[in-house]
Amino acid sequence: MTIMTLLPEILLLLLALVILGLDLIPPEKRRASLGWLTAAGLGGILAAHLLGGAASASGPATVHADALAFFFRALFLLGAMITVLISIDSEGVGRHGEYYALLLFSTIGLCLMAAAADLIMLALAIEMAAMPLYILAGFLNRNSRSTEAGVKYFLFGATASAVMWYGFSLLYGFTGQTDLSAAAVALAEADPAVILAAAVPILAGLGFKVAMVPFHFWAPDVYEGAPTPVAAFLSTAVKAAGFAVLLRILLAVFPPASASYWGLLISLLSAVTMTLGNLLAMVQKNIKRLLAYSSIAHAGYALIGLVTLLPEGLAATAFYLLTYLFANLAAFAVVTLVANAAGGDDVSALAGLSRRSPAAALAMLVALLSLAGMPPLAGFAGKVFLFASAVEARLIWLAAFGAANSVLALYYYLTVIKSVYLHRGEHEQAAFPFPGAAALALAACTAGILVLGIAASPWFEAALRAVRPLFPG
Amino acid sequence: MLMTSFPLLSLLVFLPAASAAALLLFPAGRVRAIRVFALMTAALALALSAAAYFSYDLQAGGYQWEEAIPWIPRWGIGYHVGVNGISLPLVLLTGIVMFTGVLVSWGIDDRPREFFAFLFLLATGVFGVFVSLDLFQLFFFYEIAVFPMYLLIALWGWPKTREYAAMKLTLYLFLGSMVALVGALALVFSSGQVSFDLPALEAAAFPVELQRIVFPFVFLGFAVLGGLFPFHNWSPDGHVAAPTAVSMFHAGVLMKLGAFAALRVGILLMPEGARFHMPWILILALVNVLYGALIAMVQTDFKYVIGFSSVSHMGLVMLGFASLNAEGLLGASLQMFSHGVMTALFFAVVGMVYDRTHTREISALGGLARRMPLAALAFIVGALVSMGMPGLSGFVAEFPVLLGVWQSSPAAAAAAALGIIITAAYILLVVRRVFFGPISAEHERAVSRITFKDSFALLFLMIFLVGMGVYPAWIAPLVESGVRPILKILGN
Repeated sequence: MTIMTLLPEILLLLLALVILGLDLIPPEKRRASLGWLTAAGLGGILAAHLLGGAASASGPATVHADALAFFFRALFLLGAMITVLISIDSEGVGRHGEYYALLLFSTIGLCLMAAAADLIMLALAIEMAAMPLYILAGFLNRNSRSTEAGVKYFLFGATASAVMWYGFSLLYGFTGQTDLSAAAVALAEADPAVILAAAVPILAGLGFKVAMVPFHFWAPDVYEGAPTPVAAFLSTAVKAAGFAVLLRILLAVFPPASASYWGLLISLLSAVTMTLGNLLAMVQKNIKRLLAYSSIAHAGYALIGLVTLLPEGLAATAFYLLTYLFANLAAFAVVTLVANAAGGDDVSALAGLSRRSPAAALAMLVALLSLAGMPPLAGFAGKVFLFASAVEARLIWLAAFGAANSVLALYYYLTVIKSVYLHRGEHEQAAFPFPGAAALALAACTAGILVLGIAASPWFEAALRAVRPLFPG
Repeated sequence: MLMTSFPLLSLLVFLPAASAAALLLFPAGRVRAIRVFALMTAALALALSAAAYFSYDLQAGGYQWEEAIPWIPRWGIGYHVGVNGISLPLVLLTGIVMFTGVLVSWGIDDRPREFFAFLFLLATGVFGVFVSLDLFQLFFFYEIAVFPMYLLIALWGWPKTREYAAMKLTLYLFLGSMVALVGALALVFSSGQVSFDLPALEAAAFPVELQRIVFPFVFLGFAVLGGLFPFHNWSPDGHVAAPTAVSMFHAGVLMKLGAFAALRVGILLMPEGARFHMPWILILALVNVLYGALIAMVQTDFKYVIGFSSVSHMGLVMLGFASLNAEGLLGASLQMFSHGVMTALFFAVVGMVYDRTHTREISALGGLARRMPLAALAFIVGALVSMGMPGLSGFVAEFPVLLGVWQSSPAAAAAAALGIIITAAYILLVVRRVFFGPISAEHERAVSRITFKDSFALLFLMIFLVGMGVYPAWIAPLVESGVRPILKILGN
């Protein structure tokens, strides 16, 4: 283990400290530049991370900078960078140095989650990521909805963590190991009851992170109340981190031979999650709540690849999370813009957007159609890969469930698109502030959506390399 | 022959999409420039599709202008295009409808930039499906062809029903494509070697049992877009709510897309499944023909008549498929082209009438032949085509269909012929009520002559209907060359 193993975390910490220090210097009006600095810093860290490449796992360690960690760290850094760009001109958060510092601290935790190879390290990483998020969700402390979101997220999160730790302690009790690979060896011959006893609480805790039914209740309220960029971050990077841990724990600790016990459980949860998420999204009037339920549904889709237990399936999940990151961040970016310009989070606030700002409307169209899984956008490739891997694993019923759900989802995405393009708004002639940072974020997301959709192959191969370490031999 | 390395088909597929992207860069106010640019694109696409059509080497046969590059090798997915006797007429048809569609859309003044951009994106999807030789790629373009429809109908359609019709159409078609997708995936992954290449899949000869299970999902999933009963319900509502050019595209080309994909993926990959299930599909197609015609008969809305006539005529295409013999498949393919041009013509005329009278109630219309003689003539030509009058394209297409169906079931052929008689009844009734008889004073005064561009579009469409009827040799041998390999796969 060299210093390179923790390079992103170390650089993130330095960046966060620099931002905190600089926060004291300029007057409040000039502090938007802190956001630009954070975004640039994150870009630099991402570049350094990508140049550094993945290390091959060697021997027991608390942190593995393996291919899986490499892929997900890059994803988190990207997600954090775009979130920062969205935040810069968002009211109430963009000019606070501590906001950016908290976001960076949380990103450190996410990066460690993807790399942790030890139960204790993992538990610490999860809390490291979660604590700043509790504050961020309630960051608008004059706004009762935001404070409610913060408290709610904290209470649910703390409970979920407690349950998960209980699972960790059971795992330790059964195996006498905190190292994940050593625990896997000890579990190889274990009784199915033992495996389920440890797996279910862990699954519950991670299910909270990824907003999987029945651990999803927090999501709509928290997304609605939290500052929009924080909701964007929660729904993309944090969800992906939950999946990164799920991939590692389920594959590395609970031997695939025991999958017949938890495999069926997760495939049922996947089907229920996407269906419930989509059905509830249909009746939402508030765009942030709608996106919250849609994000629950997307967790359901992403689970499809997980239960195939095939390298292609897990890669499909990882790839899907990347496509979803771009699309959802773009959608939330437009929601932030509209909230600033029209002052509301209701779907009806989007009315007339295509006349007021054709560019923002087009970005929203691309984002929503990608979420719906329409070609030539990223979501289409992502969904086809997921369904194909399910069919390959003889889970045709699950693929059919996913396909049927895509139709449900298309309905509510189209209702939003209808607002954007068809309905007339009251303020169509009013100016629409479209700041440079948001434009940059939207351009990056749209480009990502198109590239992943049209030239999916290299990115899918990257995802496949990421999950390879989970399949030894 | 021509340089075979020239990427003619790729150019054709991506030209409209590139033009759509370029259109979005125009300032919204430059309406005239936008229209001219759109027309130039459409003319170029027509020229490219004609070039592909007329350069086809009948002696060589098979797929021509092929291009193949790996796309997502991990899943055995490639970008693979090529055209043969079945797809070429449809490619040409798309070029024709795109060109005339832009001509008749000259008057659109609400966000014309976005209108043409979405229309062209749709065109890319349609061209893409017709030239696809890879299953993933086929779905890719299929859905690109579906979702712009939503925006085109919801934004520029008839205000009364557009939101409902657009949503219904999109969800129906998307559901169909999803059902077909899962079915197709089940097929692809049944063999150990995963490949989405269509010629390779044709050669794979899937187990008979599997073919019998999967075939209905794939065939019906696509047949939704082909308007097969009882999944046709989205189609008349969609036709009626759509703006003129979109109705033309929708009935003229898009429904062929469904039929084509049902043939391409359903019948060609699962010949045994097709043989097993065709008896009841024949019955459904028959219901299409008769039920569509009967419903068209009782419509009071001019556009709904044409909408249901499309359902009825697409039934003949499905009937031809269901016969699974040389005549039936030949007729079905010819009917796709003939009906595509004919229905584009119909919808163009309906649009011109509506733009001038602001009503589509047949009872409120009458005597319009006096004010718009060319439109009346065009509509009558279309009417004669739809009745299968010899000397016009309808006869060339419908006669082989009936011959083919006769071989597999004489009773079905007799019933289908009855459908043609009903067609004659309702279409002639409409001709009389709309174009002849007394004209209301208001219309006498207010209805203006049709524009030069409209006239040109109508004449252009008529050329193909008459040309195919008088001189079928420019299309029939080509289609026959495309049918032959299908018969080989079917084993008769």
